[in-house]
Parts: sequence; structure tokens; C-alpha cells
Amino acid sequence: MLMDTPDETLAQDAAMGDRAAFSALIARHYDRIFRLCWRLTGTRDLAQDLAQDICASLPSRLHGWRGEARFTTWLYRVVVNAAHDARRRAATRARAGNGWGDWEVARQDQMAEDAAALDWLTHAMTRLPPELRDTVALVLGEDMTQAQAGAVLGLSEGTIAWRMSEVKKRLRAFAAEEATP
Amino acid sequence: MTDPDPDFARLKAALQAAPAPEAGARDAALAMAMAAFDQTAQSQDIRQGSRPGLRPTPDRPLRAGVMKGMKAMLATLNLKQILAATTSAAALAVGVFVMLPVGMDGALAPLAIPSAAVQPSAVAEAVPPSPAPKAAARGVTIEGTATMSVPDAMADATPNAWMRVEANVSAPVASAPHVANGLPEEDANLATTETTDAYANADANPSQITAETPVSTFSIDVDTASYAIIRSSLTRGQMPPPEAVRVEEMINYFPYDLPTPEDGAAPFRPTITVMQTPWNPGTRLVQIALQGRMPVVADRPALNLVFLIDTSGSMQDADKLPLLKQSLALMLGQLRPEDRVAIVAYAGSAGEVLAPTPASEAATILAALDRLDAGGSTAGAEGLALAYRIAEGMGGSGVSRILLATDGDFNVGISDPAELEAYVAAKRDRGVYLSVLGFGRGNLDDAVMQSLAQNGNGTAAYIDTLPEARKVLVDQLTGALFPIADDVKIQVEWNPAQVAEYRLIGYETRALAREDFNNDAVDAGEIAAGHQVTAIYEITAPGSDALLSDPLRYGAADATVAPDTMGPELGFLRLRYKAPGEQVSALIETPIVSGTPVTSEAGFAAAIAGMGQLLRGSVYLGDWGWDQAIDLGLAHRGDDPFGYRIEAVNLMRMAKALSD
Repeated sequence: MLMDTPDETLAQDAAMGDRAAFSALIARHYDRIFRLCWRLTGTRDLAQDLAQDICASLPSRLHGWRGEARFTTWLYRVVVNAAHDARRRAATRARAGNGWGDWEVARQDQMAEDAAALDWLTHAMTRLPPELRDTVALVLGEDMTQAQAGAVLGLSEGTIAWRMSEVKKRLRAFAAEEATP
Repeated sequence: MTDPDPDFARLKAALQAAPAPEAGARDAALAMAMAAFDQTAQSQDIRQGSRPGLRPTPDRPLRAGVMKGMKAMLATLNLKQILAATTSAAALAVGVFVMLPVGMDGALAPLAIPSAAVQPSAVAEAVPPSPAPKAAARGVTIEGTATMSVPDAMADATPNAWMRVEANVSAPVASAPHVANGLPEEDANLATTETTDAYANADANPSQITAETPVSTFSIDVDTASYAIIRSSLTRGQMPPPEAVRVEEMINYFPYDLPTPEDGAAPFRPTITVMQTPWNPGTRLVQIALQGRMPVVADRPALNLVFLIDTSGSMQDADKLPLLKQSLALMLGQLRPEDRVAIVAYAGSAGEVLAPTPASEAATILAALDRLDAGGSTAGAEGLALAYRIAEGMGGSGVSRILLATDGDFNVGISDPAELEAYVAAKRDRGVYLSVLGFGRGNLDDAVMQSLAQNGNGTAAYIDTLPEARKVLVDQLTGALFPIADDVKIQVEWNPAQVAEYRLIGYETRALAREDFNNDAVDAGEIAAGHQVTAIYEITAPGSDALLSDPLRYGAADATVAPDTMGPELGFLRLRYKAPGEQVSALIETPIVSGTPVTSEAGFAAAIAGMGQLLRGSVYLGDWGWDQAIDLGLAHRGDDPFGYRIEAVNLMRMAKALSD
């Protein structure tokens, strides 16, 4: 397997059952997957688990690979979706333990606790709703253009631009809040 | 992106400084990936070799116990799904649109539906020479490869950092963007996986030459399942598989403002509209819309409802059993004290869960619902027989109906599909009707669902969201559960002097033989109180440029018709129906003439017909595309008090984006 075999070729071969191609493909992309997982989740443990799950699911997902997009775009999409799923499960579990009303009370307490403990980045990220967080992880974290991030998230460039300006707005509000004791 | 904003730069720097994974994490992940690869390859080999059974077991991760009960359901059915599904104008106004898991190039999610529903070819023709005994879809389903989803190790990881806080923070800041991601919980996971959904459908009705086959006969269809499946696909960012698109079910999903039958007249009233075809200037559309008598809610007979609930392991997903429980709880509020409810479970916790209980004892019923647990194997039970026994025992003067709620596992004690249908049909004749509520995606056997509901004189509905549950179970409680006319058949004889060619849009699975129209022994669809049914024909006048077939050189068709004596009638509409419980049908006849005013109701129905045909890849639309469909839908939006129509327009927009 040559180092410069394009991702798309490897993915195609892997989808056809070529073991070496699949091995080369994930070896090439594991770090990328892990980094995006970290940017989406914020902890190394979670990112490792998530990246492992994604790797394990890639063989079956690759059967749906038709080479209609760049492999990395497709892969980013898989990661973002997997992070969404994980996030939902986490949210569901967090709520399932308590009654609906209790959950709200617990949520407020938890928020106060968390706010004290988290560092700036975590704090800034948690202040953003998930959609904006994903967008930030791609545009700032992965250094994508708005068009590329749009392709991953299935959104128009305009929406990404709007989201990024929204992020700026929220960061400013956050900074102003921090400034006032 | 250059930005002077210091916080922006700080965020960027912090995000880019991703830590390295722990030593070993990479190797472990790669090893797992290879193991999964080998396993997939192996199971692939098995599938390609000898097919082990009709339905390969999906490699679903066991998630029992993670999400249980009403509370978990409340937690998962959160605001964003409800808002997204009703496509509230507010959600659009903030400009955060639904986050599709698929990019604009649509490459992520090639929806591999390996299964197909094959119809007897005879039903595709308006007048098949062979006797077609039932209008029911007899889909021969061929199921393909199974689903392999992501291992659910995440469920065990302790959520922390901003993953956990997500659960906590999203609500307060959520007012706008929270609605953005309206994907059904687990469905997003399916976006990249294959499904084993099987669909009942047939090839689109071909254009017919009036001189050759002047008569078109079909059974009405009041199901709406196809629309919900399409919506669920599009919201997930995938084009629905063409075989999942049944145009008539899309059209009939929407409420239309139609004149109601007069007192003492037939239980339903036809309204005929002739309008210019949006997609072809050379043809016209003839819409035949039936409005069932509106239910007099105050006088309705008592209801005996038996819920037959699938509690197999696959039902534990958030959009299945939990959604079902929530739906039924919604419905309970609409029942009256004299109505009675019983619950029977099959698979998982099998048997009678709740003996017939008056609806006034809501707490008892809710407690019984809460006891339902998905899990365990799908051991064949006598669930259906038990449900019928209970329904028959409830008897009395009320209307008895079984509501079968399932995600496609019809292992209800009778294994042969044909035997099952016959059983349901026999029970129907004894006054117990059956409706089917489909939940979840991935294993939904749409063909069997359709077939059971048609044989049971019920409706098949697919429930993917809480608003949809409200529409099916609550808004239409009065309707779907009270039959006012059975075996409703439509026959149209076209006048060759006015109509050279015609084409019925949709109703492929409902075609009847011409002679079946007068044969009261042949089953057809039922209309319940308040139901509406619309059928649309596209017709072409003689001599039009839009004719698809050339006239016959030696054809005698024109000679047999003296155009002057035939008058301006386009055709003649005959409707047959039976009053519930009657054996002999009644006949309604009315000529089809043009000149009736075109309402926005007809206009919108035409837009949906266009949408359905676009999704099916119809060859009859020419250059007419999504833009035109969207414009037409918007132009005929009308009052739209529940937002159903604007939701459809938004789905068209999504389909446009996906097909670009």
C-alpha cells in the first residue's frame, strides 16, 4: 500500500473487502478522528472511547461509501454524527435517573458546580449550544473553511457564517459577563 | 478566518491544541477496527453464500435498561423534536435550519435498502385480465443485509466535560438553536447504516389510452404511513427510497377544506375539480375528493380499544416503545369514561397486561403502560388471538378495534403472512377491526403493515414524532376509529371524445379489476368519520400535443364514438360503498365536468402529487422540478392551522437541497 494512495481509493478498496487498504486507511486517519472527537467532547477519555467506537463502526459504514464526497468530508460527518449520538445518550441518561422536575433542580445545582470548576475553554464551549460547538470545532479546531464545514454538517455556507458570527456574539457576551464581577 | 476578536483567537488556539491520545488508545482502536472489519467481511460472506433465513438478525447492540419508562421517554422527547417536526415558523425565522447529517453532495448516506417489494404485475394495470382477488398489497418482500450499528460503549462511559454539561446547559441557551437538530434520536445513527425496511409498492401507473381501456377502477386508501416515512428520511438528510413513496398516501396525509355530506345523504360526498396540470400545459388534472361525514363526537358509540403492543427487544429505542407510551397517554385524555381499554403485550413481556378497564381509570391504565418493558426474545406468542378474544369479550354496543403497535416484528403467533391476513380478515367480518401503528426505522415491514391494516379494515400509520402521534391518535381519534363506509371503491369511465389518455397518479397498490367494482365480495378500503380521500388523474384531450401515444392508423375507436352526442362530460364517476356491517353495497354516480372553481385545496393536492412523483423519479413531469413544486405548495398554503402544509414545503426544500 503506497503512502500516497488517495483516501478515496483506499476507502473503495476497503469497502470491497481489502483488509490492507482498510488498515492503512484507519492508521492514516486515527489521529484526525481522535482530535475532532476531543474538540467535540472536551475530554481525552471520552474522545478516545468515541474514536474507538467510530473505528469499530467504520467497516460497516464503509459499505455505504459511494465515493461521492471526499473521504475526509465523509469521515468528519461520521465523527460529528457519532458525537451527536453520544451526546444524546449522555443527556438521556442524565435525565433518566430523576423525575422531570427533580432533573431541572439538579441541573441548576450541577450548573453552578460545573461553572466553578471548569477552565476557560471548557467554560466557553459549554456556553455554546451544541450546534455552534460543532461548527466551532470544525471551523476553528480543524481550520476548515466555511464551505468545508458546511459540507460536513450538510449546511449552506451562509448558515456556517451565521453560526460563526453568533459564536462571536456569545463569546463577547461571555467576556463582558466575566469582566463584571 | 482572520478575526481581531481576542476571544475568538483564544478559542481557536485552545481548540487546536488538542491533546494526544493515551499510549495504547490508538492501538486498541485500530485493533478493534480490524476485528470489526473481519467480522463484517465474514458476515458478508455468509450473506452472499447461503442466506440463513428470510430475516437476518440485525447486529443490534443490547441496550436494555438504559432507557426505560415514561421518564426516560419524557427526557428524550424534548422540545426540539416537537418543534422541528411541526416545522414551526419560529424555528425557521432564527435561521438555524435542520442540521442534516448528510452534506450537500449527499454522499454520506447512500440509503441502501436492499429489500424490495415486488407486486404481482397485474395490479399495475387498470384493468387486469386476471382476477385480482384483493386490493391489498401482497408484497413479496426480499430482505437484505442486516444493520450493524455503532457499538454502544459510550453508554457506559462517564460523561463529563462539555459532553455532560451539554445535558445541562442546552436548555437555557437553547431558545433559538436548540430546535435546529430535529433528528429523531436514534435515527441519526441509522443515517449511515443499512436498513431492512421493506416497502409495499408497485410501478407507477402507466398512461392509459381511453379508447383501449376506458374504465379505471381502484379501492380508496386512507393510509398516511408513506408520508411519515418520507418525512423521517428527509429530516434525516436522505432522499427516501422511491419504493417507499406512495403518492396517494402523501396527498391524503393533509387535511383539506371540502364540503361535508348533507344530513341523510350518503356518508361521504365527492368533490370533483378539474384544473390545469402544473407540470404539463397540454394536460389537465381531475381531482376526485371524498369527504366523510363529520363525526358527531357527542353521540359517538363507546369504544373498545385493545392495544396489542410489541415489546420485543428492538422496541426499546427512544422512538419506539417510549414514544408509543407517550402517544397512548396523549390519547387517553381524549377518551370518554364509558370507553374501555385493554392492553396485550407480545414478545418481551407477553400476555394480558391490562384487563378491560374503563377509560375513567386513567391512573390504572397509565400504570399498566409504564409496566411495559421492552426486552427478551421475540418468542412467538398467541398475542393476536388473545387480543381478539379480549376485544370480542368487550363486545356490547361499542366499536371494537385492535391497535397493533410494532416496529415490524409481526411474530404474533401466526407465522404464515397469508394465514395471518386471512385470520385478520375473518375477524374483521365479525366486527373487530385492526389498525397498525408503525414505530421506528430499520426493521419496519411496511408491506405487511399495509396488508394487515387493509385486511383488518383499519389504517396503517407510521409514527415518528409526538406531533405525528397526536395527528394519528388524537386529532383523528373520532375518525380513524369509527367506520362510516366499508369497501369503498371508485370507478371512473372516461369519455373518449374528451379524454384520449389518462393516468391515475398513485394508488398503484390499490388497483382493482373492472369487474370487481360490482362484486360485493371483493374487499376494498374503508372510510371512517371525517376521513378525506383524494385521487388525482392526469388527462389528455384528443388532439393535444401532450398525447404520448399516436392514434391507431386502423383503429376504429373514433368511429364508434359520435363526439357530438357524448356531450361535454369528461367522464363518469361511480362510487360503491357498504354501510358498516352491511353485505350489499350502495352506488353513488356523478358525471365529471370541468368548470368547477379551482381552490387552494386542489392546488395544494396537486403540489403534493408533484412532490410524490419527483420523489419517485416519475417520467411524466418534464422540466418541472422542486422549485416549481415549492412555489405551487406555497401559493396554495391556505390557512394551514396546524402547519402541515408548510412542513411539506420545507421537506420539498430539503429534497431539493439533497438532489442538487
